[in-house]
Amino acid sequence: MYPTTYHKPETLEAASATLGDAEEAKILAGGHTLLPTMKNHLAAPTDLVDIRGIAALNGISEDGGTLTIGATTTHAEVSNSPVVASACPALACLAGGIGDPAVRHVGTIGGSVANNDPAADYPAAVLGLGATVVTNRRDIAAEDFFDGMFATVLEEGEIITSVRFPKCDLAGYSKFPNPASRYAMVGVFVAKSGGSVRVAVTGAGEDGVFRHEGLEAALSANFSPDAVDGVAISSDGLLSDLHGDADYRANLIRVMAKRAVSAVA
Amino acid sequence: MAKVKLTVNGRAVSRDVPDTTLLSEFLREDLRLTGTHVGCDTSQCGACVVHVDGKAVKSCTMLAASASGGEVTTVEGLANGELHPMQKAFNDNHGLQCGFCTPGMIMSGVDMVNRYKQAGRELTEEAIRHELEGNICRCTGYHNIVKSIQDAATKM
Repeated sequence: MYPTTYHKPETLEAASATLGDAEEAKILAGGHTLLPTMKNHLAAPTDLVDIRGIAALNGISEDGGTLTIGATTTHAEVSNSPVVASACPALACLAGGIGDPAVRHVGTIGGSVANNDPAADYPAAVLGLGATVVTNRRDIAAEDFFDGMFATVLEEGEIITSVRFPKCDLAGYSKFPNPASRYAMVGVFVAKSGGSVRVAVTGAGEDGVFRHEGLEAALSANFSPDAVDGVAISSDGLLSDLHGDADYRANLIRVMAKRAVSAVA
Repeated sequence: MAKVKLTVNGRAVSRDVPDTTLLSEFLREDLRLTGTHVGCDTSQCGACVVHVDGKAVKSCTMLAASASGGEVTTVEGLANGELHPMQKAFNDNHGLQCGFCTPGMIMSGVDMVNRYKQAGRELTEEAIRHELEGNICRCTGYHNIVKSIQDAATKM
């Protein structure tokens, strides 16, 4: 790792000020992507601002069906939360399938969402549930937030404070994990609210997480695994790498969508 | 430099270290607690698992400065006059061959038994295999590691 200066502010204002003063700062919210990236010299921030000392950024609450998860809430906390289990069991299940137990004790929702790894799980839930990413400056709708592989619309110094998930009737998530890394080769999040169904796909897109219109239309008309069969799933724009080519991933989208629906339909 | 103050295995320690110092480096090189192993250094293998504030974490992927103020337990801190039930179970069940992954296996084993006990859930053989997802052993084929953890779970 190249030298860096570590900061652990206790307030959002102090964190914001440090981010503003530093030459090239990075926010540390769990570090399970950032620290390995720094070890590989692929990132060399002059300053690290650890936001886990800011008490207001941690915790889970539910109000009128809206579930709010603080940015520094760990995957283990989400996965074990009775509040999440009751409001949106698919989200608890998704968090419990990230990495391994030791990773889940440290990795956070804010870190995962801000990093927008094309194979991460949380972006699928955020987009699939139509969540709102709340920062120290504004509220950002999921549709507007993700901006291509490893990119988001977050500005310099902008800090995610929480993610707000609206109520939905049914939701399911199914992923085919890469057997070595546990990242999603393909993960499909399906959410049904009234007559409308949203389907978000992670792990497969060249530009990261995306919604699948064909699956959404078919499942809105008939929320059953069989409805998935008739949908054309194009391999255009899907990732091809040593783990699987675009056609393989297109097929996995179908299989994961079916599993996600059959788990809850 | 970062001032790192920790309680490690019940003992208060304080050191000034570079801000980039990993918890694994701090334990091994500054405190000479070499029971915590570094295998892959990429948070895959789990040889470096220690407990920070009661939770199993991969110490190669945490800055020592981030842990500052907290309590750390390493494999050296488990035995209390006699071997911890998890250590004894690994011994009794031949839960290791070369031993490189063993500190991490033991720390993950203790963590999972504690978590399941706290949640009132049964730690089945299947659950143990699933829970060991983040700990890699290249010798044993895992069978005796799983048996060791099952054995220890009945004694903890």
